[in-house]
Amino acid sequence: MPTARTWREYPQRYRYEAAVCKKCNKWHFPPRPVCDACKGEEFETKAMRRTGKILSHTVIRVPPAPFKDQAPYAMAVIEMDDGPRITTQVVDCGDGSLKIGQKVKLEFRRIYDDSEAGSINYGYKAVPA
Amino acid sequence: MREVAIIGVGLTKFGELWEQSLRNLYVEAALKAIKDAGVDHIDSMYVGCMSSGLFTGQEHLGALMADYLGQAPVPATRVESACASGGAALRMGYMEVASGQSDVVLVGGVEKMTDVGGDEATYALATASDQEWEAFNGVTFPGLYAMMAVAHMERYKTTVKQLAAVAVKNHLNGTKNPTAQFPAKISVDDVLNSVMVADPLHILDCSPITDGAAAVILCPADKAKKVAKHGAVKILASAAATDTIALHSRKDLAALDAVAKAASVAFSLANKKPSDIQLCEVHDCFTIAEIMSTEALGFFEKGKGGPAVEAGETAIGGKIAVNTSGGLKSKGHPVGATGVAQAIEIVEQLRGQAGARQVAKAKIGMTSNMGGTGASAVVHILEAL
Repeated sequence: MPTARTWREYPQRYRYEAAVCKKCNKWHFPPRPVCDACKGEEFETKAMRRTGKILSHTVIRVPPAPFKDQAPYAMAVIEMDDGPRITTQVVDCGDGSLKIGQKVKLEFRRIYDDSEAGSINYGYKAVPA
Repeated sequence: MREVAIIGVGLTKFGELWEQSLRNLYVEAALKAIKDAGVDHIDSMYVGCMSSGLFTGQEHLGALMADYLGQAPVPATRVESACASGGAALRMGYMEVASGQSDVVLVGGVEKMTDVGGDEATYALATASDQEWEAFNGVTFPGLYAMMAVAHMERYKTTVKQLAAVAVKNHLNGTKNPTAQFPAKISVDDVLNSVMVADPLHILDCSPITDGAAAVILCPADKAKKVAKHGAVKILASAAATDTIALHSRKDLAALDAVAKAASVAFSLANKKPSDIQLCEVHDCFTIAEIMSTEALGFFEKGKGGPAVEAGETAIGGKIAVNTSGGLKSKGHPVGATGVAQAIEIVEQLRGQAGARQVAKAKIGMTSNMGGTGASAVVHILEAL
């Protein structure tokens, strides 16, 4: 992945910066240019709280190439307490058996090493709260 | 708007076709369709393809295929909508004939997936998800559909045996289809004992990596009967819809709202209802996708798709025959070709040419083609002419 492409997303991957619609107050993560609820185009930047709950989950046993050294690993769709939803790995969760509704929080972690660019990509992973 | 008919169809074998190139696959299907229709020219053509760039390094497929089909200088356009590229291409061809712009249009879909290894194919397919906010974090397509399955199982008590029943039915149908990639009879235990890919989906819950192409010839319905050499089928409706690109942003992880939206538009255009349909090709890229599709299309209530397949209601001879071709599961899933291949199965059934898998008294059929985790959907309703 080109370095600029990774760098561009640092505010979200490192700091959980969301765009809050000035018209209807809906939180968007990642930010988007048009609010999908009210079509508003003005937003305020706010950092999301790092807590949320699991909406669905799985264990990836056949991973994409950059994640080979991590498999098997648990993944989940998480609804953040501020509203936005994300897809992320869940780590430090024992045998990986997760439950819908389970509380989690996000932590700053290594996502994968980009061998082509020679860079290490960091971002968020969830751990049981 | 003019009414439109399909007057010719052509399919390649589906499978690991190492001796066949991307262009040769498309040309083979296109030539078969042109001969089947008996037309002496085409006015325009479309190429449905998801990711020839990542799979083979080739883009600019409109010009390439027109050139190698010997049809340059006709206009030729590639259409991409991930795994719904074929269906989206058919919709473009339909609109071109309906509008009066052209009389004879070739719509082909193609994907050459086995020139790359499994890792690269997985990467190419993952581009149909949200690259930055899903794939970046390590999720795969089986992983995304697994999370849809977990949500569906939690809400409706759908079981892994019901998922497996989809694979068992479709592979049985595939044994009656000479172009199918995996025409193998399998059991529920075979599915449940196969290797786990993303819990709860086993390898036999997943559609395969496939090379293949499919093509149809369209013309105005009022000329179809006179022109067609082997029978014509009218397109009663062509409809499409979209949803959020990322699965996690959907209103309901256990529903395919884009499929439901496209279907409701199609039913209204065709002035038909789900109970008017005798057979349907749905997008069973994973077993859970067929169950959720049959619910979104209105054949079964939400949560009843699992029990329905287990009870044989979607088998040939059941309430509604689903994936008589073997579906993506058994027939194979060359992603850009799939939407066109689905239409071909319905045409063959409505023309009474489906052999051992023929649905008795088939008059109206439907196709439901889906991109990504259901972020795009294309639905067609077809009627025997």
